[in-house]
Amino acid sequence: MATATKLIGKPIKRKEDPRLVQGIAHYVDDLTLPGMLHLGIVRSPYAHARVRSVDVSKALAAPGVVAVLTAEDVQGAIAPIPCAAQIPDMKPAPRPVLATNEVRFVGEGVAAVVAADRYALRDAMDLVEVDYEPLPAVVDLEKALRKDSPRVHDGLADNAAYHWALEGGDVKKAFKQADRVVKLRMLNQRLIPVAMEPRAVLAQYDRGDNRLTLWSSSQIPHILRTQIAAMLNFPEYGVYVIVPEVGGGFGSKLNVYPEEALACHLAIKLEKPVKWNEGRRENFLSTIHGRGESCDMELAVKRDGTILGMRARVLADLGAYYQLLTPLIPTLTGLMICGCYRIQNLSVEITGVLTNKMATDAYRGAGRPEATYFVERAMDAVAAELKIDPAELRRKNFPKPKDFPYATATGLIYDTANYQGALELALKKSGYKALRRQQAALRKKGRLLGIGLSSYVEICALGPSSAMPAGGWESATIRIEPTGRVRVLTGSSPHGQGEETSFSQIAADMLGVGLDDVIIVHGDTSAVPYGIGTFGSRTLAVGGTAIYRCCEKLRDKLLKIAGHLMQEDPAKLVLRAKQIVSKRDPKKSISFAETVGAAYTAKTLPPGVEPGLEATHFYEPSNFTFPFGTHVAVVEVDRETGEVKLVKYVAVDDCGNLINPLLVEGQVQGGIVQSIGQAMLEEAVYDDQGQLLTGELMDYAIPRAADVPKLETFHTVTPTPVNPMGVKGVGEAGTIGATPALVNAVVDALAPFGVRHLDMPLKRERVWKAIHQAPSESAGRPRRSK
Amino acid sequence: MIPAAFEYFAPKSLDDALRLVERHGDEAKLLAGGQSLIPLMKLRLSVPRYVVDIGRIRSLRSIREEGGWLVIGALSTHHDVESSEMVRLMAPLLAETASEIGDVQVRNRGTIGGSLSHSDPAADYPAAMLALDAQIVAASSSGTRTIHASEFFLDLMTTQLRPGEILTEVRIPRLPERSGSAYRKLHQPASGFALAGAAVRVSLDEVGKIASAAIGITGVAVRPFRASGAEAMLAGKKPSPKLLADASEKVADGVEPLADIHASAAYRRAAASVYARRALEAALARAEGEKG
Amino acid sequence: MGVAIHLQVNGKSCQDEVEPRLLLVHYLREHLGLTGTHVGCETSLCGACTVLVDGRAVKSCSMLAVQADGAEITTIEGLTSTPEANGGLHPVQEGFWEKHGLQCGYCTPGMILSAVELLRENPSPSDAQIRRALAGNLCRCTGYQHIIEAVEYAAKKLRARKR
Repeated sequence: MATATKLIGKPIKRKEDPRLVQGIAHYVDDLTLPGMLHLGIVRSPYAHARVRSVDVSKALAAPGVVAVLTAEDVQGAIAPIPCAAQIPDMKPAPRPVLATNEVRFVGEGVAAVVAADRYALRDAMDLVEVDYEPLPAVVDLEKALRKDSPRVHDGLADNAAYHWALEGGDVKKAFKQADRVVKLRMLNQRLIPVAMEPRAVLAQYDRGDNRLTLWSSSQIPHILRTQIAAMLNFPEYGVYVIVPEVGGGFGSKLNVYPEEALACHLAIKLEKPVKWNEGRRENFLSTIHGRGESCDMELAVKRDGTILGMRARVLADLGAYYQLLTPLIPTLTGLMICGCYRIQNLSVEITGVLTNKMATDAYRGAGRPEATYFVERAMDAVAAELKIDPAELRRKNFPKPKDFPYATATGLIYDTANYQGALELALKKSGYKALRRQQAALRKKGRLLGIGLSSYVEICALGPSSAMPAGGWESATIRIEPTGRVRVLTGSSPHGQGEETSFSQIAADMLGVGLDDVIIVHGDTSAVPYGIGTFGSRTLAVGGTAIYRCCEKLRDKLLKIAGHLMQEDPAKLVLRAKQIVSKRDPKKSISFAETVGAAYTAKTLPPGVEPGLEATHFYEPSNFTFPFGTHVAVVEVDRETGEVKLVKYVAVDDCGNLINPLLVEGQVQGGIVQSIGQAMLEEAVYDDQGQLLTGELMDYAIPRAADVPKLETFHTVTPTPVNPMGVKGVGEAGTIGATPALVNAVVDALAPFGVRHLDMPLKRERVWKAIHQAPSESAGRPRRSK
Repeated sequence: MIPAAFEYFAPKSLDDALRLVERHGDEAKLLAGGQSLIPLMKLRLSVPRYVVDIGRIRSLRSIREEGGWLVIGALSTHHDVESSEMVRLMAPLLAETASEIGDVQVRNRGTIGGSLSHSDPAADYPAAMLALDAQIVAASSSGTRTIHASEFFLDLMTTQLRPGEILTEVRIPRLPERSGSAYRKLHQPASGFALAGAAVRVSLDEVGKIASAAIGITGVAVRPFRASGAEAMLAGKKPSPKLLADASEKVADGVEPLADIHASAAYRRAAASVYARRALEAALARAEGEKG
Repeated sequence: MGVAIHLQVNGKSCQDEVEPRLLLVHYLREHLGLTGTHVGCETSLCGACTVLVDGRAVKSCSMLAVQADGAEITTIEGLTSTPEANGGLHPVQEGFWEKHGLQCGYCTPGMILSAVELLRENPSPSDAQIRRALAGNLCRCTGYQHIIEAVEYAAKKLRARKR
């Protein structure tokens, strides 16, 4: 970098925090507009049913009720939820904003009620009478694919939404040459994202200006604007999407939802502001789920542990309808299935399966945690079968640092890596050798210590536009204001990751100003240039690079103007600490303020230089980035109860250069704990009628403070050549790298019992059963879930 | 998210409250701390026409000694109980149990009377009530009656309390000399309720044999129960690891365990045994140290 | 049918007539405009709505406004006016900022108030005691470690001040 680095790389505390810790920040539900009405959605209690009739008369007559809509009322007025993913030969499964004559999952909207306040609304919703004729529900993936299965959508030949396949190298030959074929069937269970802020929407219409303003708790304000305009057939220039504070997304708000379109439609129709708040139970039922993939994996291996080839067959539970990216997510599993190993012969087949459940879509990691889990579990199965240390097996199959850029058999180019470096550091920091000795000693006493490794690579900084449905670039506009303050407008839409701080660090360093001289504006589509959004660990690497490039443009302009004022060659000037200084003679300088002033007063500009100080850059990355790392989990299993205690956790991550180590640490810690949730606690359980049994926080456990130990985190730094700052992205590393380490550790602990694999979540009873092989006692009385 | 409308009464005296519940019978719900009732009302699983908020009857929030008995008023919060010196001295098992209920916020609002009246089969208190031979006092307009804990819990969320009655206090008898107690539970990770919880009180005689043992089990069946078979095995014996293991094996004998997505019947049974043994071990260690 | 209530919120006297079923959290957010208290669930499990009622941490979504009649309530907005804040941020708020104890910020007000109660009861909590005290507050972003460090920071600062 041309300027002296002062802020980049430092653990700067967040600019966002003062408003958040004082409770004076604003989330959507905190906004109130005069005359505001409240919207509620009456939802189906059936997973699959014909809607014979909807009687809204009693609800309409209830106190405070303003309107009740059913599918009939919005037919032709609101198009179905858009799906941006296109896979060849994909069957159609569009989601209407209200169910037409069939409901296809529990929680699907049937009617929309609008009332003067929340309390009247809640009362009125019970008065909507829906006559359902229950139909058989499709729940289990294997059964869904049978010829005799009921269909989720009438008229489709079967419930297979698509088949996606990929082949590289010579798989047949690899399996023929193998000394052994190791097979494993695994489930990466369906999860519920549980952002702490449920979704919320507020829509306002101004007839005079024909202006529709939509506040939404979203990760993608611009895509939402475009899609709402399209769904409502409303001119896009009249749609203003504003994303205020967002209470967590994790992919669940990377979408377009019926309530957003319905609130807009109603605001226009009623000419009153309309607010919708999601309850937590609604959130569990009707905000996207994640994961839900099963995999049959076969690895062709030589006796010495060399992996010759892989076959993987994946079934992906898509749910009943497509949300924005539903069909696309499993294909990311396919692309990343060979992990950080040299596996040049492989075949992957993915079948997307329609079921009577809420749609799956991008949940933190989105397809990559599944890939990593499958390959990392299979690697441990190979190690166990060949009696090779799992660390040694991994080491043996890594491509070497000199092999990068490395072309995978799935068609990706991994930018750069040193997998061995991360592995060795993780082994050292965890005291791996000593742990193995300790394990052996404890086993003699009957205690069950388990050590699990996971080496991962992820695909981040999504991504080049060629690989992304809506484009993979990001934008920035920067204005240096006449007073010398810097306004950065970003198309990214951070919601907790802290980019108001890290983006400020970049702009401040690049322009030679202080952190507080910079303000970051995001999430308001009328203020910022079009952007793609915050997801896929892309915000710093793509959105941050747009800012970096923008700053370069402004810096060049500032130096040109200063050179003109100083009678000095701009190439011989540098920008630092609010001064523009001659490299040849440091005493020769002009202040930043004077230069900025000159740009605006425009009396002494060099020829050909426009007045003002504003630049825009749309940054198109040349490739993804591929962060990597190794995690080590150490657990002790209570043999009497199956309880798993996480004794030690060491994470080594390599996300390239660190702009703000404090924020990186936060991302890693949080991600790992979400992984602990998946590995140990979480699962969206549906019964065979398609009822969600884990439909609230009473039954769906996410980790609490007392459930997790102190995690030890470390980094290796391998900067990416893909972008000028050498940053890769870190938002999803924890949820990708950690899950297999935890499961590998528990399976390792259970090795004395001949346990080869256990599916997640590793609930105590599942572990206990593996130890005791106790036949299940079927005579229990059903207990009503509270 | 939002309770259905109801008519609200906030009587200041027990007599006023009793008159109200007598008048409104089944249509009225008593509100104490509200930690069970309000969530149920928000989900509209409970839709009472009248709510009688007894939270303002100050006389019901007290912890005192009375003729050798520890008397805990119904409105004493779980936090009151866990932090009371008197409870720690006279019935440490109860303080330990209270500290295991829910979370800080729930313990700050939830009351012992509310919890016992609600009688969730996975609640923590009932195990301790059984193990301590507690007496539960219920008042009605016709007077008060005392119900032994062993007769109080009838079925799933059903107790001896009759319509028109208000649980006013819990009375705990003085512990025998050389007693020790402990509560151990396997919690449901989402809700914190007990999948299997064992509250144990053991008393030793002068030669170190078990004079008597009381084991209350919660979370396992539709109602909490005393593990009387196991208690009988322990009585009069010299404690040994084998004895504790054998007795613990029997804690859920003859009981039909619950089964749900969180635990099968077999697992509840097994966990009850393990946790009962661990509670017994802890209680014995305390009895031997005479710490109670 | 309205019920009259009279309570102190962040040191200010509030008199109102409310529907008995009105939840305290809605009273604070919608009647008083104190939107720093958040709602994250309906089953009293997430703790985002935690406020102090007569000094004790309580989930305001599981309490009726009428039950708070006569009570003194502190919400996140009132924390800077407590004596511990000393005219600036409360040390717990400061700790969350210093130690990166928050990301999306949604659970933060409740988390902070639970921590405030803890430190009033126990000025020198251990790691395990902090984790236990925060068991009623869910966070999906941070993984809790930085929250623990934030509370430790505040504890240290408050202790130093008392000396």
